[in-house]
Amino acid sequence: MAEATPSRGAVPADVPPELGSEELLDAYRTMVLVRAMDERCLTLQRQGRIGFYVPLQGQEAAQVGCARALGPDDWVFPAYRELAVALTRGVPVEALLNQFIGNSADELKGRQMPNHYGYRRFNFVTASSPVGTQISHAVGAAMAAQRRGDPIVTVTFFGDGTTSSNDFHAGLNFAGVFRTPTVFFCQNNQWAISLPRERQTHSETLAVKATSYGFPGVVVDGTDVRAVYRAVATARRRALDGEGPTLIEAQVYRLGPHSTSDDPKRYRTDQELAQWKAKDPIALTKHQLLTAGVLTETDDARLWEGAKAEISSALERAEAAPPVAPGSIFEDVFAQVPPLLDAQRQEFEALLREGVLKP
Amino acid sequence: MTELTLVQAVNRALHHAMKSDPDVLILGEDVGVNGGVFRATEGLQKEFGSERVIDTPLSETGIVGAAVGMALYGLKPVAEIQFLDFIYPAFDQIVSEVAKFRYRSGGQYPCHVVIRTPYGGGVKGGLYHSQSSETYFAHTAGLKVIVPSNPADAKGLLLTAIADEDPVLFLEPKRSYRAVTGEVPDGDHRVPFGSAQVVREGNDVSAFAYGAMIPPTVQAAEKLAGEGISVEVVDLRSLVPLDEATVLASVEKTGRAVIVHEAPRFLGFGAELAAILAEKALYSLKAPVLRVTGYDTPFPYALEHLYLPNVDRISHSLRATAKAG
Repeated sequence: MAEATPSRGAVPADVPPELGSEELLDAYRTMVLVRAMDERCLTLQRQGRIGFYVPLQGQEAAQVGCARALGPDDWVFPAYRELAVALTRGVPVEALLNQFIGNSADELKGRQMPNHYGYRRFNFVTASSPVGTQISHAVGAAMAAQRRGDPIVTVTFFGDGTTSSNDFHAGLNFAGVFRTPTVFFCQNNQWAISLPRERQTHSETLAVKATSYGFPGVVVDGTDVRAVYRAVATARRRALDGEGPTLIEAQVYRLGPHSTSDDPKRYRTDQELAQWKAKDPIALTKHQLLTAGVLTETDDARLWEGAKAEISSALERAEAAPPVAPGSIFEDVFAQVPPLLDAQRQEFEALLREGVLKP
Repeated sequence: MTELTLVQAVNRALHHAMKSDPDVLILGEDVGVNGGVFRATEGLQKEFGSERVIDTPLSETGIVGAAVGMALYGLKPVAEIQFLDFIYPAFDQIVSEVAKFRYRSGGQYPCHVVIRTPYGGGVKGGLYHSQSSETYFAHTAGLKVIVPSNPADAKGLLLTAIADEDPVLFLEPKRSYRAVTGEVPDGDHRVPFGSAQVVREGNDVSAFAYGAMIPPTVQAAEKLAGEGISVEVVDLRSLVPLDEATVLASVEKTGRAVIVHEAPRFLGFGAELAAILAEKALYSLKAPVLRVTGYDTPFPYALEHLYLPNVDRISHSLRATAKAG
């Protein structure tokens, strides 16, 4: 009976189990772009050019390593800190800057605060702010893919704090029961705003929680692109082979604040930060590449310049785009605007016409 | 046409939808082998298999969250929440996710989830098997909220819900599941959303109700007819989208209005109706608008017969409104 509905797209090209040095170099290119964009966005927020920003410094290797192990037809259910996943999947810098500004070129029509983007054409689902809700969505989508017979996996991203949420438990429990092709990718960045990992749960690791749902949980060094890639590729292979879900705990550190509204000096020490800065994934990956002889300092400088130039030129276009049309407030609440909402739209437009409201 | 109870009509609608569209599937607690605690899904798993009528773990947030993922992927999930009283663990999923997906993605991700759930009192269900909390959901932009009162509408509105493009909360009056029977069209019967039904015409006073409050409101209208008071009864059927035109037309004719619902009064759906009448029909009104509702208390077990609006209370308010001014 299911055959009546067309299957989505082609079977994704399978990903190799290991990342070679050329692929590592390519991963590093993305990581440089991510870091350059992160730094630029923090500045833009301070300058009042974007409203808010959620930085991800320290988590680039984990995200790029994970995203590179996925196929284009796999579905990603992110939280709000997944810039490196978005860029790895090919989301253009300009599309992201349009979203941060909330201009008329933003594919989300200026509806969401920065970082809560999503792009159907990249199978990158729009995030929300409540933590963990996306976890059971990934499981439901995996159940739907199973039903359609589509050979894909769903991958969901979340942090250490989210392992305390209702939906973490509900989602992993459903995934175990229905043996869904899902990869649960937890970036344990050690801090959920001000709460340290050890106050979040008394479990020895976060990965161990998978045991109670009946599937494997693995811990991986999230500063090591290749190790993360290997863990995700293995989990994805298991899922495609019908062996069910995997929980991956990538151990990382959030080098910056939770968001531009946060001051981490209130809750953690400079000493701890310094220890983790020594494991900055950008520096570690660069060192691996220099040692392997596939990157020189000159290449590296050129990569940074290229990344900064790409961001500047995208920003110029994004800032030139006109603001969102006021009337769009009323679109996409429903497929069609119902009569009572249409009456509010007319009232709103009259206020604009009469100059009571100024756009 | 077949004579069915309301719960049988729900079952026939689900059967018809599943038979005609392989993307429709059902998930919820005890919906499969057991056929649902009210038997709304009886026989469906046997016919369509356990992959389309899915018995889930006991987690409302899991049920609705999984349904969201299915809907984003392109299926048409119909989730059952065993009682409306148990929906609150899924409140975040419904309010933050289901209702907002289309909007927050700029239209990229419609989220067509249908959530069916029995609501309301009159079955000796006490605090946690009796609630009528439609207001929480009607207040949330992006959700359609539908309440049938009879078997034909239950089937027709549920088939419209499953075919709709938007998320729908479908509230089934559990006390009417077997108590209300009626002729139901066979096959693909649809009742449009946003279309109230005048179930009894009248000239002196309008009574607005929905779901399980329709039968006592109609009985009250019949009783008052014997006293020479002509009551028009309007079954709203669809709270969101609301058929404001039918509401206003009725009050423009009668000049008097009584609103009946079993939910608590304060900020209940009647408050919105009364506000609409104040904004748009004030000059037609000859008497204050009255509400006959549950009280602003939790739902009582032993005294539910006094808590719920009944024929006597409804008649009392209709009479007072008809004679006021």
